[in-house]
Amino acid sequence: MSDSPETRSPSSDEDRRGFLTKLCLGLSALIGAMITLPGVGFVLAPVFARPKQAWRKLGKLDEYEVGKTVSVEFKDTIDQPWAGVTALSGAWLRRVSENEFIAFSINCRHLGCPVNWVEDASLFMCPCHGGVYYEDGEVAAGPPPEPLARYTVRVKDGFVEIETSSVPLTTNDQV
Amino acid sequence: MTMLGKIWNWIDDRSGFSDVVMPMLEHVVPRDARWWYVFGSATLCAFIIQVLTGVALAMVYVPGGDAAYESLVYITNDATLGYLVRGMHYYGATAMVMLAVIHMTQVFLHASYKYPREMNWMSGVVLLFVVLGMAFTGQLLRWDANGVWSVMVAAEMAARVPFVGGYISQFLMGGETVGGSTLSRFFAIHVFILPGLIFAGVGLHLWLILRHGISEMPKADQPVDPETYKEQYEGRLEKTGVPFWPIAAWRDVVFSTIMVAVILGCAIFVGPPSLGPAPNPANIHANPMPDWYFWWYFAVLSMLPPELETYVILGMPILGAIGLFIVPMLSNRGHRAPSKRPWAVATVIVGATAFVVLTIYGYRKPWSPDFDVKPLPPEVVRSDDPNIQHGAVLLRDKGCLYCHNVDGFGGYRGPELSVIGDRLDRGELVIRINNGGYNMPSFASSLTAEELSQMVDFLLTRTDHPSAETEEKSSDEPPRGQQ
Repeated sequence: MSDSPETRSPSSDEDRRGFLTKLCLGLSALIGAMITLPGVGFVLAPVFARPKQAWRKLGKLDEYEVGKTVSVEFKDTIDQPWAGVTALSGAWLRRVSENEFIAFSINCRHLGCPVNWVEDASLFMCPCHGGVYYEDGEVAAGPPPEPLARYTVRVKDGFVEIETSSVPLTTNDQV
Repeated sequence: MTMLGKIWNWIDDRSGFSDVVMPMLEHVVPRDARWWYVFGSATLCAFIIQVLTGVALAMVYVPGGDAAYESLVYITNDATLGYLVRGMHYYGATAMVMLAVIHMTQVFLHASYKYPREMNWMSGVVLLFVVLGMAFTGQLLRWDANGVWSVMVAAEMAARVPFVGGYISQFLMGGETVGGSTLSRFFAIHVFILPGLIFAGVGLHLWLILRHGISEMPKADQPVDPETYKEQYEGRLEKTGVPFWPIAAWRDVVFSTIMVAVILGCAIFVGPPSLGPAPNPANIHANPMPDWYFWWYFAVLSMLPPELETYVILGMPILGAIGLFIVPMLSNRGHRAPSKRPWAVATVIVGATAFVVLTIYGYRKPWSPDFDVKPLPPEVVRSDDPNIQHGAVLLRDKGCLYCHNVDGFGGYRGPELSVIGDRLDRGELVIRINNGGYNMPSFASSLTAEELSQMVDFLLTRTDHPSAETEEKSSDEPPRGQQ
C-alpha cells in the first residue's frame, strides 16, 4: 500500500518518526561502538598484559665486595626499541656474604622518587619528601608507609643476576 | 568598488560575519565592566600562545622515550628561534595557570557565579582542572630526569586509588615501568585529549557569556533574586550598557598585549627552563621537583602524617574539584558585594596565604635531606682538639648535617644543633644518637663507640658559653629539644 502524505494518518506518522528516531540513535550508538572499541582496547591493552619478567646479568661475582652497597643498572623487559635509555631500571645491590645478595628498588615507597644510599650513615635517603630507610630497607624516618621493595637476585655461572619487576606501587596489592 | 572590497563582500555575505558575528561582538555589556574583567580574555590569549607555540614545537619534538630529550636539546640549542618558542610555551603555561586562578578568584569575590551564570562557573572549574592537567603533563614532556620521575610520582599517586589504582597507574605508564610507551601516552594526552577538552570548554564558556551577558560590578544594594534578576539586568543594560566591541574590549586587548609582551620578554631574556640530566630511570642522582605552581602540593605531601596521606592525595583534588564545582549550587542568590560576604573574602585570604606559605616551604624543602651540605669550616668547629675536629667531620659524613643545622651549615629537617650542648648532656646525646626518635633514624648500628664519643664531644662544644666548652653538662638540666 502506498503511503502518500494524503493517506497517512497522524498516528502512523508519529510511529514512523518514533521508529526513525530509534533507528538513528541505535545506529549512531553502533557507529560509536565500532569506532571507539578497537581504540579503547588498543589503549588499555598494556594494563591487562601479563607481567613480563626476565633475569638480567649484572656483572661477575668478583666485581662485588662483601658488605658494599652499589647502584646497578639493567634493562627491564620493555621490548620497544624506541624506549632508549628509558628502558633502564636501577637498583641498590648489596653483597651480604659470599653468595648472598640483596637488591633494593630505588623507588621510595612514599611517592616513587629515587632513594640515595648514604654509605657512612648506612641509610637510604629520599630527596623528595624526606623518607629515610635503614640498611635493611625498613623505614627509619619520614612519610614512607612501607619498607623499600626488593628484587630477586641470584648467582649463576659466576654472574650476579637480577630478576626484573614492575615499579613497586605503594598500598596496592594488585600489581 | 575595489577588488579587495569585492572579495571582502563575498566573504562577508557567504560567512555571515556582519550578520551573525558582529552582533555578537557588539552585544551590550555593563558600562562598569572595567579593568577587573580583563583576566578571562587574557587567559584565553595565553591559551592561544600555547596552541601556536605548541604546534610549532610539535613539528620538531619527537615523542619517543629514546629521542625526546635529544630533540629538546636540539630545539633549545640549535633550532632557529627554538629557544624563544620553548621559552614562550613555558612562560605561556605559567601565565595561563596564573591568569586562570586570578580570573576565578575575581569571579568568586564578585559572586558572578550566581544566577543565571552557574554553568559559566562550572565550566570554568572544569577548564581550570584541565589546565592544571596540561601543566603537569607538559612538565613530563620535558623528559629529562625530572620528567621521568614525575611520571613515577604520578603513577604512585594514582596507585593509591582503592581497587583500581594499579590499573590506572599501568594505564598511565603504558605498562609496568616507565619506558617507551609512557612518554607517547603523555604526549597524546597533552596535545590531543586535554587541548580538545579546552577547546570544547572554552566554546561553551564563551557561549554562556553571550547567553547570559557579563555580570555587572557587584553593588551592595543589588542582591540577586532569580525571580527578577534577568528583567532588572536587561533594564539596566538598556539604559547604561555599552557595546562590547570596541568600548569594553579595548581594555582586554591592552591587558593581553602587556601579557604577551611580558611572556615574550621572559622568553628572550630569561629563556626556557634548563633541561636536567638525561632521562635515565636508573639514575639515582635525580632530585625531582615539580614546576612552581605545584610546589605547595609538594610541601603538603611531605608534611602529612602517613595515615592521612592516601586520603589527602586522592581526596584533596577530588574534594577540591567537587567543592569548587558546587559553589553556585550552595548559593546562587543574595548578595554579590564582597562587603556583604565576609566568608567569601576570608576564604580567598586564607587560600592565598596558604598557597604563598606552602609555596615558599615547598621551594625551601626544609623537610628534605640536604645531600649537598659542605663539611663544617674551622671557624665553626672552633677547636684544636683532633677528637672534636673528627667529631665535626663525622657529623657530616654520617648524614647528621643533611637534616640538622650548625651555625648556618646543614639542613633544616631536624632541630638546630648550634647550641645543643646547652640543652643535652653527654648521656642524653648518646641515647638520642643511638636510639633515634621521632623522625630520626637510629645510628646504633652504623657508629663505632669511638665515633660516637667523638661526635658527642663535638656536640658538647656547641654552646652559648664558650668557657664551658669541654665541660660536661650537668645531667639534671631537663632536655628541651625534641629529636
